[in-house]
Amino acid sequence: MIERTPILNAITHVIMLIGVVVAVLPIAVVFIASTHDFRTVNMVPMPLWPGDQFFENYARVWEKADFGAKMINSLIVAVGVTAGKIVIAALSAFAIVYFKYRLRMVFFWLIFITLMLPLEVRIVPTYAVVADTLSPFRTILDFLGLPLFVPEVNLLNTYTGLILPLVATATGTFLYRQFFLTIPDELAEAAKMDGAGPIRFFLEVLIPLSKTNMAALATIMFVYAWNQYLWPLLVVTDQDMATATMQLKKIVPGPLFGQPPIWNEAMAATLLVMIPPLLVVIFMQGYFVRGLVNTDK
Amino acid sequence: MDKRVTFKSLWLAGALIAPQMLLVFVFFYWPASQAFYWAFTTQPPFGGVNEWVGLQNFREIFADRVYWNSVQVSVLFAVASTTLSIVMSLVLAVAVDRQLTGYRTYRFVLFWPYAIAAPAVGLAFRFIFAPQAGFMAALNDAFPGLWNPAVNGGHAMALIVFANSWKMVAYNFIFFLAGLQSIPRSLLEAAAMDGSSVVRRVFDIQLPLLAPTFFFLLVINITETFVDSFGIVDITTGGGPARATDLMVFKIYSDGFKALDYSMAAAQSIVLMTLVVCLTFIQFRFVERKIHYK
Repeated sequence: MIERTPILNAITHVIMLIGVVVAVLPIAVVFIASTHDFRTVNMVPMPLWPGDQFFENYARVWEKADFGAKMINSLIVAVGVTAGKIVIAALSAFAIVYFKYRLRMVFFWLIFITLMLPLEVRIVPTYAVVADTLSPFRTILDFLGLPLFVPEVNLLNTYTGLILPLVATATGTFLYRQFFLTIPDELAEAAKMDGAGPIRFFLEVLIPLSKTNMAALATIMFVYAWNQYLWPLLVVTDQDMATATMQLKKIVPGPLFGQPPIWNEAMAATLLVMIPPLLVVIFMQGYFVRGLVNTDK
Repeated sequence: MDKRVTFKSLWLAGALIAPQMLLVFVFFYWPASQAFYWAFTTQPPFGGVNEWVGLQNFREIFADRVYWNSVQVSVLFAVASTTLSIVMSLVLAVAVDRQLTGYRTYRFVLFWPYAIAAPAVGLAFRFIFAPQAGFMAALNDAFPGLWNPAVNGGHAMALIVFANSWKMVAYNFIFFLAGLQSIPRSLLEAAAMDGSSVVRRVFDIQLPLLAPTFFFLLVINITETFVDSFGIVDITTGGGPARATDLMVFKIYSDGFKALDYSMAAAQSIVLMTLVVCLTFIQFRFVERKIHYK
């Protein structure tokens, strides 16, 4: 607006400044603490300028928590979830929007309902399924009296077990569905007239048009998958499969009451775990916001 | 909403949707129904087929004082962190929406926290609010015993509320800002022409028009705090001290995987599921009643 409101503007700036300080301060503190030696970090109050132990601390933590391998695990899981989601959601949204058949709305609702119950509230039985992935089919066959042999497939301590349950939700499907519904019918009509079948239409018209949506979905799914904590904590018992977020628990000796953690190392680990998704958000800012707002997740 | 132009090939539609349906069946519907099965049965101590016990598991958890404590703690946590994060993000969004010089920088930085993993947030806050090191320690030096989340349940709760709100402020901020930006500028301009001040416009135009966003976020925040708080609790307080931060999700985890009592954990899961589903229904009602101002 055009009016002059110098006092109000000053107040607004102060509010925004406080907001930014509150948002950045914890990250800054983590960084500063991670650059001091053990004695300095425990000083009261801790100095507010970075120390000179940056490389030493990070090298030690990197070694101690084996972050090299763990980050790769996290990356595999995050990329797996992202890719799986993008592909599967696009396919099922296409099947729901561009085909006509009786079960269409049934499928739609079956997928839609999964939005309601996040993994965390059905964590115990989901764990049981992952420990014996084909058990649903075995139980059903038994129930039907079909004595077919179904082998036991244990997905604990595998990438598949880490990834698939995180893919089995409706988040992306709806993003695509909303988007496909906005695409004018004339495009499909023209494609059909030119003799393109559904697959050709999907690959050459819909996919190129959905690029922005895909990027948005990819950003939020990557951050979501990288930040998973409870799920990997359950599925992974073999240290080789551990993800980066899980290693935070290894660095600190336990909840509040035990002996205090070695703070400089703990903070270095925290920063290492923070950085990848933060970078994704910083560089993909627009897509991230778009993905978040459009999926209503 | 239907497309006028559609394809006919049935088998193709089936093949396209099959992967999603398969995943959803194995990793969603089956576990969800398993939860019901376990909640109404108990496992005999020496293995074998589960025994049908009806509502006994539910009666047991509802008679358990420890369970009610975790419900109470969860509600307190949800109300406190939702209030804190919504109020803060609303103020920030209104401020940024005025588009004063440099607002882009502020906006840019303000949604960083949402990108950070819950356990990392937890650990950072645990350090900042640690009683012997970090910053609260300075206060403790001046006033001995002022702050100690390791012994004082209230302090521990405050700690996880701060950590969780810090993360959620970023999320809410994004939505509030998007909501504010979808309000037609012409409305505000008209009000300005009529001589209403900036503050008056905030209270009489922007806030009322933000109502749908507000309700949406209210429900999402409450759901998130009930469901998604495990990471922060696990790494900071571990449910303590004396179960002061023993949130419902955390209790399900410790009963199910530490005490290996699937039936009790399943019964608790069902209660939490019911709660989340109710909240989601409320949300759909509000989302459907979106105010249209065009």
